[in-house]
Amino acid sequence: MATQKIWPKKIRVLPGFRLTLGFTLFYLGLIVLIPLAAVFWKTSELTWAQFWHTATMPTALASYRVTFGASFCAALVNVVFGLIVAWVLVRYEFFGKKIVDALVDLPFALPTAVAGITLAALYSEHGWIGQLLAPLGIKVANTSLGIFIALTFIGLPFIVRTVQPILEDLDSELEEAASSLGANRWQVFSRVILPMLTPALLTGFALAFARALGEYGSVIFIAGNIPMKTQITPVVIMQELDMFDYAKATAIAVVMLVISFVLLLTINVLQWWSNRYNTHNLA
Amino acid sequence: MTPAATTFHAPHQIVHRRTTGEPPWVRRLLIGVALIFLSLFLFIPLIFVFTAAFSKGVGLYFQTFRDPNAWSAIRLTFIAAIIAVPLNCVFGVAAAWLIAKFDFRGKNILLTLIDLPFSVSPVIAGLIYVLVFGAQGWLGHYRDADQPWFPWLQNWLNEENFKIIFAVPGIILATIFVTFPFVARELIPLMQAQGRNEEEAARVLGASGWQTFWRVTLPNIKWGLLYGVILCNARAMGEFGAVAVVSGRIRGQTNTIPLHIEALYDDYNFAGAFAMASLLAFLALVTLGIKTWVEYQQARQNSDVEKISL
Repeated sequence: MATQKIWPKKIRVLPGFRLTLGFTLFYLGLIVLIPLAAVFWKTSELTWAQFWHTATMPTALASYRVTFGASFCAALVNVVFGLIVAWVLVRYEFFGKKIVDALVDLPFALPTAVAGITLAALYSEHGWIGQLLAPLGIKVANTSLGIFIALTFIGLPFIVRTVQPILEDLDSELEEAASSLGANRWQVFSRVILPMLTPALLTGFALAFARALGEYGSVIFIAGNIPMKTQITPVVIMQELDMFDYAKATAIAVVMLVISFVLLLTINVLQWWSNRYNTHNLA
Repeated sequence: MTPAATTFHAPHQIVHRRTTGEPPWVRRLLIGVALIFLSLFLFIPLIFVFTAAFSKGVGLYFQTFRDPNAWSAIRLTFIAAIIAVPLNCVFGVAAAWLIAKFDFRGKNILLTLIDLPFSVSPVIAGLIYVLVFGAQGWLGHYRDADQPWFPWLQNWLNEENFKIIFAVPGIILATIFVTFPFVARELIPLMQAQGRNEEEAARVLGASGWQTFWRVTLPNIKWGLLYGVILCNARAMGEFGAVAVVSGRIRGQTNTIPLHIEALYDDYNFAGAFAMASLLAFLALVTLGIKTWVEYQQARQNSDVEKISL
C-alpha cells in the first residue's frame, strides 16, 4: 500500500507492461474471442423466427430439460456429500487421509472419455455396481439416472475444493464461544459454521452446475443418447454437426453459450461476495 | 443437558477432548459416509479401469498397442500436447505477470475473459473452430472468394489443399482452446500473493527486466508453474469433446487417444478400450502425484520464507 503512495501513478518500476498486455490480448483474441464471435456471426445469418424455431425444437427442448435437471440434481448431491468430504478431510484424522485428499482431484485429471466408458461399464446390467442395482429394479445405464451419475462424478471436486480452504481458515474461537454460551454441537454447526460456509457452498454449486451443463465425454457412453429421453444438449449439437447442419447446431450452441456466460458472471459475483465475507469475518 | 452443565459435573472428560468436537459415533459416521461416497465415485472406477484393461490377459493388453492405429493415435496426442502446452505456458506466464505486477483499468474483465474457455462446452469449443476454419466457415468463404485480399495466399491455400478442420491443425487449435486458462489460473493467484517487492528491489539494484524475471520471479513461481503445466498437459492429452468435433475421426490419421478409446469401445473391444484408457488413467495418477508433491514443496518454501523473515 505504501509504495503506491510514494510512487506517482504513471511511473512503473517493473518492465514489460506493453509486451505482456500486447501478447495477452493478441493470444486471447486469436484463440478465444474471434472464434467465439464466429458463433454469433453465424447466428446472425438466421432471422429471429428461424433462430427461435431451431432453439425451441422438440429435441432441443427435451435436451435442455434433461441437461438442466441432471446437472442441478448432481450439483445438489455434491453440495451435501462434498461438504461431508471436506469436513472429514479438514477436521478428522483417519488412515489413508492424504491419499484420499489427493484422489479427490481425480475427476479434474482423468480424461472424460475414460470416465465415460468406466462408469458405463460399472453401471451396466452386468457391471460391478449395475448387477447389484438390477435386482432392486434400478436401471442406471441408458437412463437419466446414468447422466446424473456421470455429472456427479464430474462435479465432485468443485465443492470439496471451494469449501476446504474456508473450513481450514475457520476461527475456532467462534465455535468455542458458541458452545460456551450453551449451544449444542448441531446448533454450533447450523447457526455458526454453516452460514460462514454458505458463500463457498454456493460458489461450488455454481461451478459444478456450470461444468455439468457443458459436459460431453463422460455422459455419452452411459446415457445411451435416446432422442427426447436421454439426449443432453451437447449431443444434440453434435448430431446436427454430423449432418453438416451448422445453422441449427449454432442456434442451440448460442442458447448454451448465453446460459454459460450468465453462470460465469454469477460465479464471479459469488466469489467476490465469498472473499468479502471472509475478509470481513477475519477483520 | 447443556455443555456448560457437562463442564460443571464432569470436568475430567473435557480435558480429554476439544470442547468443539463431535462425539466419536458422529465422527465415525461422517468418515464412513465420505469414504463410501468417494469409493462409489472415485476408488471403484479407478480400480476398474486397470482391472478391465488386464481382463483378457497381459498378452492382449500389449496387443492393443501393436495396432498401427493405436500408435498413430498416441503420436497425434503427443504432437497436439507438445504444441499446445508450451504456447499456453508462455501465455500463462505473460498474463500472470501482467495481472499481478501492474494496475490497469479493465483487469477484472480480462480475468473473466481468460476464464471463458472453462465455461464453454467442449462441443461448442469444437464448433467455433468449424465455423471459422471449416468449408462453410470464414476460411471456406475466403478460399472461394472472387476477389480475395491476398491472392497469393488464396492460391497457396487452394494448391496445397491446406485443411484445418478434419485435420491435425484443427485438433491442435481445439486442444489449445480447451487448455487455454490452466497455467494462467495457477500462476495469477500465486504471483498476486507474492507481490511486487522482490522484483522492484531487483530492478532498483540494477537488474534488467529479463534478469529480474529469470532470477527473481521464476524461482518463486516454479512449483506453481510446474503444476499448471502438468495439469494443462493432462487435459491436453485427454480432451475428447472438442477434438471429436474437429477431427472427423479418421482412423489412423486424425484419431487421438481418447477418440481411439471411443472407436474401440464402439467396436465392442472393451479390453482394448480399457487398455488404451489405462494409459490416460496412469497419466492422471501421475498428475495427482506431482500435484501433491508440488503442494508439499510450496509449503516447505513458505515455511523457509517465514523462518528468514523471523
